[in-house]
Amino acid sequence: MLVSTLKTELELDVWDCLEAVTDPELDEPITDMGFVETVEVSDARTVRVEFRLPTYWCSPNFAFLMAFGIRKEITSLPWVKEMTVQLNDHCFGDEVNEGVNSGRNYHDIFAQYCKGERLDDVVAKFMSKAFDKRQEVVLLGLQALGHRAEDIVSMPLAALQRIEFTGEEELRQTPRYLDLLLSQGLAVNPDDLAFPTWDGQPIHAAALTKHLTHLRSTRINMEFNGAMCRGLAKTRYKEVEIGPEGPTLVDFIAGRVPPRDGANPGR
Amino acid sequence: MFKTPEGKEIFVLDGHTHFWDGSPENQANIHGKQFIDCFYAYHTNLSPSEELWEKSKFEKYSEDDVYRDLFVDGPDDMAIIQSTYLNDFYKKGFSSIERSSSMAARHPERFIVNGSFDPRDGEKALEYIHYMKETFDIKGVKMYTAEWNGDSKGWALNDPAAYKCFELCEKLGIKNVHVHKGPTITPLSMDAFDVRDVDYAATDFQNLNWIIEHCGLPRLDEFCWIATQETNVYGGLAVALPFIHSRPRYFGEIMAELLFWLGEDKLLFGSDYAIWTPKWLVEKFWDYQIPEDIAQERGVQLTDEIKEKILGLNAARLYDIDVNKKKVELAGSPVQIAAE
Repeated sequence: MLVSTLKTELELDVWDCLEAVTDPELDEPITDMGFVETVEVSDARTVRVEFRLPTYWCSPNFAFLMAFGIRKEITSLPWVKEMTVQLNDHCFGDEVNEGVNSGRNYHDIFAQYCKGERLDDVVAKFMSKAFDKRQEVVLLGLQALGHRAEDIVSMPLAALQRIEFTGEEELRQTPRYLDLLLSQGLAVNPDDLAFPTWDGQPIHAAALTKHLTHLRSTRINMEFNGAMCRGLAKTRYKEVEIGPEGPTLVDFIAGRVPPRDGANPGR
Repeated sequence: MFKTPEGKEIFVLDGHTHFWDGSPENQANIHGKQFIDCFYAYHTNLSPSEELWEKSKFEKYSEDDVYRDLFVDGPDDMAIIQSTYLNDFYKKGFSSIERSSSMAARHPERFIVNGSFDPRDGEKALEYIHYMKETFDIKGVKMYTAEWNGDSKGWALNDPAAYKCFELCEKLGIKNVHVHKGPTITPLSMDAFDVRDVDYAATDFQNLNWIIEHCGLPRLDEFCWIATQETNVYGGLAVALPFIHSRPRYFGEIMAELLFWLGEDKLLFGSDYAIWTPKWLVEKFWDYQIPEDIAQERGVQLTDEIKEKILGLNAARLYDIDVNKKKVELAGSPVQIAAE
């Protein structure tokens, strides 16, 4: 039996590292979205993570990506020797669970279900959207601090790293933006431009407003998803009761988890 | 008919409604249950609380419910009923053209019932298009590119098999193709909401009108881009509209983009009944103004004239409805509560 303080500590460790897993479509950590339902550590070496998406129909390809993202992050913890990921109550749940726990790589499993197709284009497309969304926050933050277009478009990476933002969104998104710049090789050296486009092109000062319009339209889409997903996650297991005061929404199950044996009948 | 506070009568053609049976008796498997559950979550998530329905009514509502919610309590003058089969999930189809047409036959002057087909059925799809034209004289169809069918987890409008079907639609004068590009069921092998196939199909079938339901949300940017290139691409507002209640400012951002890129003549009202009822949607829409800062940036605003187009005149044009004649016709058969 694992000492409960250690167990709690290790579980917090797992929760922390799950923050690095994002919903590719929303560019939000799955922990923030409330997708992660259970984290359980046993024997100080074995981890079990269960997650649930806002609907049964959420894109299976993204469900795959998130499941594999969870696996990758957790297995990078030095004390983890074994782990299981379980996606609950989803149209492709069995396939995702079988695939992610089989030890095979993502592409092999995905190809098996899609006649050899790869998902690389879709993944790249969503990474570009995440980039746009993060960049918009940083750019608007700099404008709010009074930086002029000429200064912004010519700002080197090192200068951006020195900026002290105070807004909540800027504080949250700036490190995430810097991470993407680095991991994608878009800005690596201190004197590289801090604000290239996703294609690696510089932005001209005169075109900054137009560029921001483009970033905004990306954000409008992602916000639609985000608002929808948060709302659906909240109401997924609720039903309406019509009482004397009119209709109200009530949980029809304790918590958010449906009875296990009722989750997948007929599959 | 919607009456403005000034007493002006606005013709309302609801471009996207359903008469479905998602009840447990019709569910073929867990997917059928989860599909209607997901619709119900949309309903509970985005409706004002006083408009919420109990689950059992939502799963299967009656012919009288439709008539009352759309035309008696609701402001619709006419409604387009879309067909959606989902034969893998529902024993008798989710909303079949037969069931919808039989319901609509009680008030034929108020309904347009559209068909549906799956190009992956090959020859059978072509035969089915003939059947729907001959039996129901359809003017439009609803396409669900993300629908699963056996091993296939989705198709594209520009697949060769789909082109054969659209050629036949064109020949038979079925000229309005409503395409579901929005949430719910998603294909596996691609970006579920990819709208690029619309570009090809709309270019290659200039005589068909392509009405993209849910405006391609959440791919609004790509949809806007395509729709500005093609004169025969329209946006259906179902699903975008309920945000007017839960996130009004965000709804303003969506409308500003659509008005800026597509323009006032290319947008169609749709309640998505029975996910939402048209009464509150139309009332809130008529009262709505895009927040000033957003409106100024894009140089657009929802004027009364534009709202009137969106609520009915644009769809009437696509379905060859003479609005003045229709108003006279409907005045001759006013809405009445059926004997219950």
